[in-house]
Amino acid sequence: MNLVLHVWRQKNAQDKGKMVRYDAKGVSPDMSFLEMLDVVNEELIAKGEDPIAFDHDCREGICGMCGVVINGLAHGGHVGTTTCQLHMRHFSDGDEIYIEPWRAKAFPVIKDLVVDRGAFDRIIQAGGYISVATGNAPDGNAIPVPKPSSDLAMDAAACIGCGACVAACPNGAAALFTSAKISHLGLLPQGQAERFRRVVDMVQQMDTEGFGNCTNHRECEAACPKQISTDFIARMNRDYIRGSLSRRPDKVGGGDG
Amino acid sequence: MFQVLDFYKTANGKKVVMAITGLIGFGFVLIHMLGNLQVFVGQEKLDDYAKLLKSSMPILWGARLTLIGAVVLHVVASWQLAGQSEDARPVPYQKKLQKRKSTFASHSMRWTGPLLLMFIIYHLLHFTIGWKTLNLPFIEGAVYSNVVNGFKLWPVAAFYILCMLALSQHLYHGIWSLFQTLGVNHPRYNGLIRAVAALGTAVVVIGNISIPVAILAGYIK
Amino acid sequence: MELNANIPSGPIEKKWDQHRFEMKLVNPANKRKYTVIVVGSGLAGAAAAASMGELGYNVKCFCFQDSPRRAHSIAAQGGINAAKNYQNDGDSIYRLFYDTVKGGDFRAREANVYRLAQISVNIIDQCVAQGVPFAREYGGLLANRSFGGAQVSRTFYARGQTGQQLLLGAYQALERQVHTGKVQMFARHEMLEVIVAGGKARGIVTRNLTTGKIESHLADAVCLATGGYGNVFFLSTNAKNCNVTASWRAYKKGACFANPCYTQIHPTCIPVSGDYQSKLTLMSESLRNDGRIWVPTKSGDKRTPSEIPEDERDYYLERKYPSFGNLVPRDIASRAAKDMCDQGRGIGETGLGVYLDFADSIRRLGAKTISERYGNLFEMYERITGEDPYKVPMRIFPAVHYTMGGLWVDYNLMSSIPGLFVLGEANFSDHGANRLGASALMQGLADGYFVIPYTIGNYLAQAKLEKLDGENADVKDAENTVNARIKKMLDIKGKRTVDSIHRELGKIMWEYCGMARNESGLNKALGRIPELREEFWNNVNVLGGNEEFNQSLEKAGRVADFLELGELMCRDALHRNESCGGHFRTEYQVEGEALRNDDDYCYVGAWEYTGDRSEPKLNKEPLSFENVHLTQRSYK
Repeated sequence: MNLVLHVWRQKNAQDKGKMVRYDAKGVSPDMSFLEMLDVVNEELIAKGEDPIAFDHDCREGICGMCGVVINGLAHGGHVGTTTCQLHMRHFSDGDEIYIEPWRAKAFPVIKDLVVDRGAFDRIIQAGGYISVATGNAPDGNAIPVPKPSSDLAMDAAACIGCGACVAACPNGAAALFTSAKISHLGLLPQGQAERFRRVVDMVQQMDTEGFGNCTNHRECEAACPKQISTDFIARMNRDYIRGSLSRRPDKVGGGDG
Repeated sequence: MFQVLDFYKTANGKKVVMAITGLIGFGFVLIHMLGNLQVFVGQEKLDDYAKLLKSSMPILWGARLTLIGAVVLHVVASWQLAGQSEDARPVPYQKKLQKRKSTFASHSMRWTGPLLLMFIIYHLLHFTIGWKTLNLPFIEGAVYSNVVNGFKLWPVAAFYILCMLALSQHLYHGIWSLFQTLGVNHPRYNGLIRAVAALGTAVVVIGNISIPVAILAGYIK
Repeated sequence: MELNANIPSGPIEKKWDQHRFEMKLVNPANKRKYTVIVVGSGLAGAAAAASMGELGYNVKCFCFQDSPRRAHSIAAQGGINAAKNYQNDGDSIYRLFYDTVKGGDFRAREANVYRLAQISVNIIDQCVAQGVPFAREYGGLLANRSFGGAQVSRTFYARGQTGQQLLLGAYQALERQVHTGKVQMFARHEMLEVIVAGGKARGIVTRNLTTGKIESHLADAVCLATGGYGNVFFLSTNAKNCNVTASWRAYKKGACFANPCYTQIHPTCIPVSGDYQSKLTLMSESLRNDGRIWVPTKSGDKRTPSEIPEDERDYYLERKYPSFGNLVPRDIASRAAKDMCDQGRGIGETGLGVYLDFADSIRRLGAKTISERYGNLFEMYERITGEDPYKVPMRIFPAVHYTMGGLWVDYNLMSSIPGLFVLGEANFSDHGANRLGASALMQGLADGYFVIPYTIGNYLAQAKLEKLDGENADVKDAENTVNARIKKMLDIKGKRTVDSIHRELGKIMWEYCGMARNESGLNKALGRIPELREEFWNNVNVLGGNEEFNQSLEKAGRVADFLELGELMCRDALHRNESCGGHFRTEYQVEGEALRNDDDYCYVGAWEYTGDRSEPKLNKEPLSFENVHLTQRSYK
């Protein structure tokens, strides 16, 4: 089949960027979306034109590296599917396809469809971990974890950090990503020690990065390739209230001699 | 003290403020609507009720200040939050984002909000202050006749009904949303929360709209 | 070059403990005077960087992805082995050690494998403490499942995303250190050269992939945790950007490359659907429990599977291996599928595939049971192929997915360049000629969390390093090499795209150095690869410049290295006149089984670079098996 692509081209972070039209001819329905872009790029290179830059790596829906907005839908809008797993059989001959990068202040464009998602790493740095240095762990079975908690924690931990939640959110909020990590760790007994400190620090970081705020549109949940639920956002909000109300002022000085 | 400010500084803190002030607002419109329904009982009943409300100045002003405070906080927080979200996407999508789970109600909060604020001001000028410039029939203390004479004018009734429809959208998303913001969420009860939001909205809005409709229809004279 | 594995003396159970005691320590106040570079942020790299940061070293960690969380360890599905014996089914450290040595077809180093089995126990504890949501029983204790090559249930798992969860655990530990300032993270940076000064590894040269800036980073030791080289085949289950560049640069600076020909081919992957195919997707091996594998009896049969009657189907695994049937080990199942396709009986448009049919199981157990067991896999298959495996048989074909070979390291994980350590899949040490399922995750984490933090101290405490600055001649040389190479690639301005050359290399490698190899084929490959390399250096077209985000340039550098590695792999495969594990030479087999030659080839073949125009030199590290006795495998 033949398609018409409108792709966001932006040379670098400083460039203004614009949509450019390309023809994709002879697209096989068995191709993945990224393979279709590969083919377009091979043709562009043959013509001496700069190929379209896009992020991708594992191409099996788990690394979270790929992701573009296709016709106004993050990852193309199929349930539980990343861009790399989207196949061209979902399109028809003659379709016009608009391809844009994730758009958010906190995800500045590096080139074309490639954005910088370092903000997510910095949210994790703010507290998305359990402070346990290598070697000082008790036996794996020393603390039983109820299966329902463990299963729910796993639902949240399935997040691949792709950023589709931010891209699809009318407000450009990162609440789903942040709440998934907070819930994953907050649901496990191992994560209790730092639970409230973690949520307050991570929520503050989310604002610092310049994300918008959640108004419960639930578009993130629809776009999430791992189908993470907005219930986790409520859990984050609950923990945030508790954490903020119970936080003691930081003490200065001291030392253990 | 500064901890409270820290709390408010985050988007989540502002949202909590919006949720609580929104809840106050919802409580008010519900009680206000129930009080107004006394118009169906008769002139005396409604006017007595109005006198009762004004019988204690401390209580009256306490309530008024709470409500004004709630509205101010609600508006300021929403203004700041909306600004933050505006800034979060400086370059818009060339092809508009498609809606999948969001609703008309969730998207319209940003204009039903300002519309309702304007309505509140107008509504106070009309029924509480009796601002002459509006050129609407108003007699201090005669609540029943003010209501009936006001709503007999169809543009007044129509604007009121329009604002109530906006309120329905605002309440429906707002009530559900405030549970989410306050962290009241459990798969077992989420359906119930949705139902509470729908029912609360329906009661307030139908109750309120019934008044101008009844007046225009000549049921209340 | 003399290869000294530095294996501690004493009985195998005591070696690691004794060695830990004997190793020199760096006192806490001195640790902060040392800088260590870690390249790669997968299980091995992230674990190493985090652990060394916790100890107090200054760590600089590099990855080419946009975040350390995206390293390809994330794609591992099945699980991680550990000799916990929680199931009370007779597991022990010794048994895990034994299974791994045997599974590796007796080409691994016993002492390393034993240490790996010992450490496996601590890994689970560490990961649980970090919050890895392993599967649990209703009582709240850890669940296990069984996996290929073992008779006990020792595999810990987190749904089908074990690799992801373990990596996120390590990533979180790493980000915690970034927060404390002990680790400096450099994402979107690719290592392009090792700096060797005074005979020791002292740093790396990187390219900032966003700006193109070439920078030198100096340190007291360098750890490579840069994964395997399966992408030399172009099509593999590896992530698209996995590459051999870091290892290859180290090889060319004097690190030996060991057993490059040992590659593992996984039998159940989704077949190639066309020339545009960019990568292959693995389907869990567990499907073979209920699926029956077949091809038509006639060659060139183009009918749809439902049109082929029962008596014209060949259930070849059941026919050839009646006792194991569809459950023969990975290497055997893979080779048998290739055999069928070579006979022209392959299915699908390309003729490169065999059927994996669930019709019988659905009839016997019902669609519901099958869906409970494999529902998510069936969905994934349908998403990719558009076919419903409940109605038509799945099409599968083998694909490259792991490389056992890698840079040679001693017991301390140090390569033949002092100060250059190699961790995880990038080294060669623990899996011999074949890796068992659920062992890759174990090895990556063992190296990163529990081996390198000890051995790095031992090295630093004795290294007596001179002061080094950016003006040093060795540093400048390394930078100049990198700049010259990039300029050379950009100046070619030929006609062919990087991908087209990579694809061609992949075809040569798959044809002659894939599942089955023979002397004449390998010789052919050894003739064609240098030609293709010539073609690359004369006719490749790399657009754009260096000082920008340039994915073509990134790819070109990687393919240039694959073009050299491919040749070394073929050379290694040609020299090893035996079949073992993932290396199958058709000349050396008994009734279709790999035939090892322990008299002549029971050694690690570590290749030493001697120059672009001269042949590499083979160094041998003899392997001795004092605890597990050499035997031959049979599955008939």
